[in-house]
Amino acid sequence: MKPQAVEKQRKAVALISGGLDSMLAVKVIQEQGIHVEGINFFTGFCVEGHTHAVRKKHKDKQKRNNALWVAEQLGIKLHIIDVVEEYKDILLNPVHGYGKNINPCLDCKTFMVKKAVEWIKENNFDFIITGEVVGQRPMSQRKETMPIVAKDSGSDDLLVRPLCAQQLPATLPEREGWLDRNKMYDFSGRTRKPQMALAEQYGFDDYAQPAGGCCMLTDENYAVKLRDMWDNRPSREYELDDIIMLKMGRHFRLAPHLKLIIGREEGENNFMQGYKRLFVSIFPTSHPGALCLVDGEFKSDAELQQALALVARYSQGKNAPEVTLNVRQMDGTEQEYSITPMAAADIKSEWIV
Amino acid sequence: MSPIDKSHQPGPENSHQLDARRLLCPLPVIRTQDAIAKLQAGELLTVTSTDPGAKMDIPSWCRINGHEVVEIVEQDHEIIITIRIMLEEE
Repeated sequence: MKPQAVEKQRKAVALISGGLDSMLAVKVIQEQGIHVEGINFFTGFCVEGHTHAVRKKHKDKQKRNNALWVAEQLGIKLHIIDVVEEYKDILLNPVHGYGKNINPCLDCKTFMVKKAVEWIKENNFDFIITGEVVGQRPMSQRKETMPIVAKDSGSDDLLVRPLCAQQLPATLPEREGWLDRNKMYDFSGRTRKPQMALAEQYGFDDYAQPAGGCCMLTDENYAVKLRDMWDNRPSREYELDDIIMLKMGRHFRLAPHLKLIIGREEGENNFMQGYKRLFVSIFPTSHPGALCLVDGEFKSDAELQQALALVARYSQGKNAPEVTLNVRQMDGTEQEYSITPMAAADIKSEWIV
Repeated sequence: MSPIDKSHQPGPENSHQLDARRLLCPLPVIRTQDAIAKLQAGELLTVTSTDPGAKMDIPSWCRINGHEVVEIVEQDHEIIITIRIMLEEE
C-alpha cells in the first residue's frame, strides 16, 4: 500500500495592529486550518502606551498593549519588532507623500509588508495576511493603491487580505488550495458594520477601534507639534525621545530657538522627571506645580524671565504675588528665582503649539 | 553522579537582570522579548520597569510565548517581574 502524503501545515504571519480588522483577518485564516503568528512593528508613533500609561485622563482605559491583547485572544504568538531607526526614512522621505496630516500611510504599509516578507523568509512561513479592507482608508486602503503595496513590498501574490479577498485577484495561497476564497470576505468602504457583525459571530465583544488608526501621525494636534519641531530645527532628523516628548505636556513656542514643555498632570510630571538629564528644567518650589522642560536655550535674561513667569502660571501659586522656582541645568546645578506669575491674558496664542 | 539540570535549579549564574525603567509601552516588552531570545530554558530574567502598562503586557507576552511569570513585585513606582524561560514549543 502506498503511504498517504502528509499535507504540509501552512503558516501565515499577520500584521497585528491591535484593532478589530487584523483580529478578524487572523480568525478567518485560522478557521481554514492555517497556523498563524503575528508581528507588530513599533515605529515610535504608536498610539499605545505612552499617553495612556501616564495620563489620568485615560485611567478608564486598560493600560494594555492592544496587539498583545489581540494575540492572546486569538491564541497566537506575537513578535514585536522595533523599527524606530528604519522608520525615520519612511517618515522623512515618503515616495507617495503624506495624507491629511503627517501620515505616510502608503509608504508605511509598504514598509511593514516588506518587513513581513523578510520575516516569512527567515522563519519559513508561507504567506502574509493583513486586516486591510478596500476603501477603508483614503490613502493606503484603496483599490488602486493595494496593488502598489503588494508590488513595492515584494510580497506580490503572497499578500492575502481575508476581509476583502473576494474583491481582489486570487493570491497564491488561494490558487494552491491552501485557502478557500469562498470562506473569505468581500468587505469594502468605510462602514464598520460588516466587521462588527463578523466580530459578533466570532464572539469578540472587546476590541480597540481607535479613530484614525493606531498611529500618532494621523492625529492633527500631534502633526502640528511635529511640524513645529521640524520648522524650528536645522534638520528634520529626530530621535525617539523627541517624538515621545511631542506626546507630553503643553508646548509653548516662545522663539524659534526656545520651546517650553509644561507637564499637564502628575503622571506626566513623573515621566518628564526622567528627561532632566537631557533638558534644562524648571520647577516651582514655593508652590506645587508643573515641571517644565526647556527645549532649546535662553538667549537673553528676558526670555528666561518670560519662561519663569509662564511656568509660575501653571503652579498653584498662579494668583500669588510671587512664586519661587528652581532652574536646573542638565549637569544638576540649580539656581533659584522668584517671579510674578504671568497673567492669563499675557499668554500669547501664537506661543501655543 | 548525574549532571545538574540547570533548567530546574536556577542559581545566580543563570539569573539575569533587565533594566527597562523609563521605557514606555511597548519597549519594555520588546527589550524583554529580545533578552529572552538570548537565554536558555530554565534561566530566570528579572525585568524592572516604571511603565504601569508593563504589569499587564509582560505577563501577556509571557503567556502567549509560553514562559512562566514567577513573581510580580511593585515597589517605589517600579514593577519588578521575574520570568522563568521555558523551552520553545515547535
